[in-house]
Amino acid sequence: MRRAAPLPLVLVALALGPAARPAAAQDTTRIDRGVRIGIIYRPGVRPGLVVLPVAAAVPDSVRAIIARDLDYSDRFELITLPGGDSIRLAAPAAPTASAAPASGATAASAGGRTGTKPTSGAAAALGLNYPLYQALGADFAVALAPTKADSTIVTVHDVAAGGVRREFRVHLPPATAPSFRMAVHRVADRILDAALGAAGTAASRVLFVMDGKVYAIDQDGAELLLVSASEHTALSPAWAPDGRHFAYMEFWQGRGRLFIEDLTTAKRSAVAVVGQALDFTPAFSPDAKTLAFSRANEEGTDIYTVNVKDGCCLQRLTVGRFADNLSPVYSPDGQRIAFVSTRAGAPQIYIMAADGTDQQLFAPFDYGVTGASYAPDWSPDGQSVAFHRDVGGTYQVFVLDVRTRAVRQLTSVGRNEDPTWAPDSRHMAFVSDRSGVRQLWIVDVETGRIRALETQGGARLPAWSPRLAETTTSTP
Amino acid sequence: MKRFQLLVLGALVAAAAACGGSKPETAPTPVAAGPDTSGQAAERARQDSLERARQDAARRAAEEADRIAKQRAADSLAAIGRGSEAVRTLFATLIHFDFDKANIHADDAAILDQKVGIMQANSQVTISITGNCDERGSDEYNLALGNRRAVSAKQYMTSHGIDAGRIATASNGKEKPIDSGHNEAAWAKNRNDQFDIVAGGDVLKQP
Repeated sequence: MRRAAPLPLVLVALALGPAARPAAAQDTTRIDRGVRIGIIYRPGVRPGLVVLPVAAAVPDSVRAIIARDLDYSDRFELITLPGGDSIRLAAPAAPTASAAPASGATAASAGGRTGTKPTSGAAAALGLNYPLYQALGADFAVALAPTKADSTIVTVHDVAAGGVRREFRVHLPPATAPSFRMAVHRVADRILDAALGAAGTAASRVLFVMDGKVYAIDQDGAELLLVSASEHTALSPAWAPDGRHFAYMEFWQGRGRLFIEDLTTAKRSAVAVVGQALDFTPAFSPDAKTLAFSRANEEGTDIYTVNVKDGCCLQRLTVGRFADNLSPVYSPDGQRIAFVSTRAGAPQIYIMAADGTDQQLFAPFDYGVTGASYAPDWSPDGQSVAFHRDVGGTYQVFVLDVRTRAVRQLTSVGRNEDPTWAPDSRHMAFVSDRSGVRQLWIVDVETGRIRALETQGGARLPAWSPRLAETTTSTP
Repeated sequence: MKRFQLLVLGALVAAAAACGGSKPETAPTPVAAGPDTSGQAAERARQDSLERARQDAARRAAEEADRIAKQRAADSLAAIGRGSEAVRTLFATLIHFDFDKANIHADDAAILDQKVGIMQANSQVTISITGNCDERGSDEYNLALGNRRAVSAKQYMTSHGIDAGRIATASNGKEKPIDSGHNEAAWAKNRNDQFDIVAGGDVLKQP
């Protein structure tokens, strides 16, 4: 529905093009102008973006991956070209377009970026027909051009300004290399940064549990990988801040053991904690030195921390006595911990200082009215805490505004739980049975747009990685 | 046998009376001993065979007694085994909980009382209690809830006199349902405490 909508609107815009934008008149004369409807197409509040078809030397999957990533950023209205990708891109006035990119783009890429100057440098060489793309509703156009040096020149055109916003050269590994897709995702994030100055989430992955094992999947739903396999049921994966390690819990005869695994080597080590107990829900501190976790024993369940850098110093943060305290998560500044506590009866979201002092209610609730609340996750920008709450016998995802303590419900269809923030603090992965099976979905908190991350039933307990830098993403 | 002893006694008395008379009369004694000697040998042979028969009978009786004793031992061991199995089955009875609750039901208290009795009658036994939850609750919270269910059963048993050191607790959360269904009947079954004998459970006495 959403995908289909722009096309007819675009056609309307084309019909009106000459009237609205006289400069574009000569470029649209070839298109049938028999239909005139009095609406001017503006694709909502989001800028339009088109990823231009590429020459054969750049694998089309690069363009497809980038286009999908930019679509999934939910910051653009992706423009589908009328007639598919077969439309002529270069204006007749630029006959050298096909030959020029190699030299022109290489020269431009030396500076890394160029200013938004109409018809400057590579843009002129590419001969991009700005009025045409403006008529199509595009504010940005992305061109991918191969060079002889086995690298790709990426050009982000500012269509409205009629010039190049930024141009850069990337070296992509071969499509068969394990690092290929993440390298392409990184390009998508650079394009987003070039166009809007916003940090994207394309180069990130999500860990989750399925059939008692931990899997990783790219945020676009590709590259599903089994990252932890043992005969013990695994639960609660949690990323380390480096995007390379993760902690998780394994069942050993009704007890829970915590492990930290290195994704690049697939080697793991047990977290040194004192005593045998059911340890679960690990969470790294932002400096990666401390692991907070829940420990269930005969005193109930309480939150502890352990120094994972030196493998020492077990510390107890809560004393529940007749209440359980669990599911700790650090604030991005490492100063505070949000957690679940049953101290008022039903589980609700509380907050304390990272040393366990100053414990108080975090997400307000009406006693006896508001449903139980679980599984807090603090957004990377520090402004929000997502959690799920019982609403009429099922779970819905809520977001707490940290500053105002206002709570708003984000989901309403089916059962939705265990939210985890994307690195842009705008997207969120969660578990939902809205399709009939329990699977992972991603919602854009700002627009409410939802997509399935994966379609296999039984996926749960997702954990979204930080942005994955070049050195941390080699596949195990 | 008795009559034979009387004859021997009579002969001895007669011999003593004869000895009390004149000496020449001692001569016939060997003569008399001749037929007497042959009679004694026969008697001895008879006695020996009787003795052998007696020993055989005694041996057979001993063997029979031994066999019966062994049979009885085996029977009683089997009986003990049957008893242990019954006690073990009784001990494994689950107790159940309401949704998101960890308090012991009144009717489950009787089941726990049985288990207390079994543990009192078998002081060598150590156990573990594992709490389980239904699929509806939150994954991670259910680990804490299952733990609380196990702990509440342990608290009941320790408050009824069982040493806390004999009971370990654990939680499966919702990870190991005994009924994979997605309805209230299945959920009710899956909200339970399971009781496992960890050690000392080879022979169990009835409480």
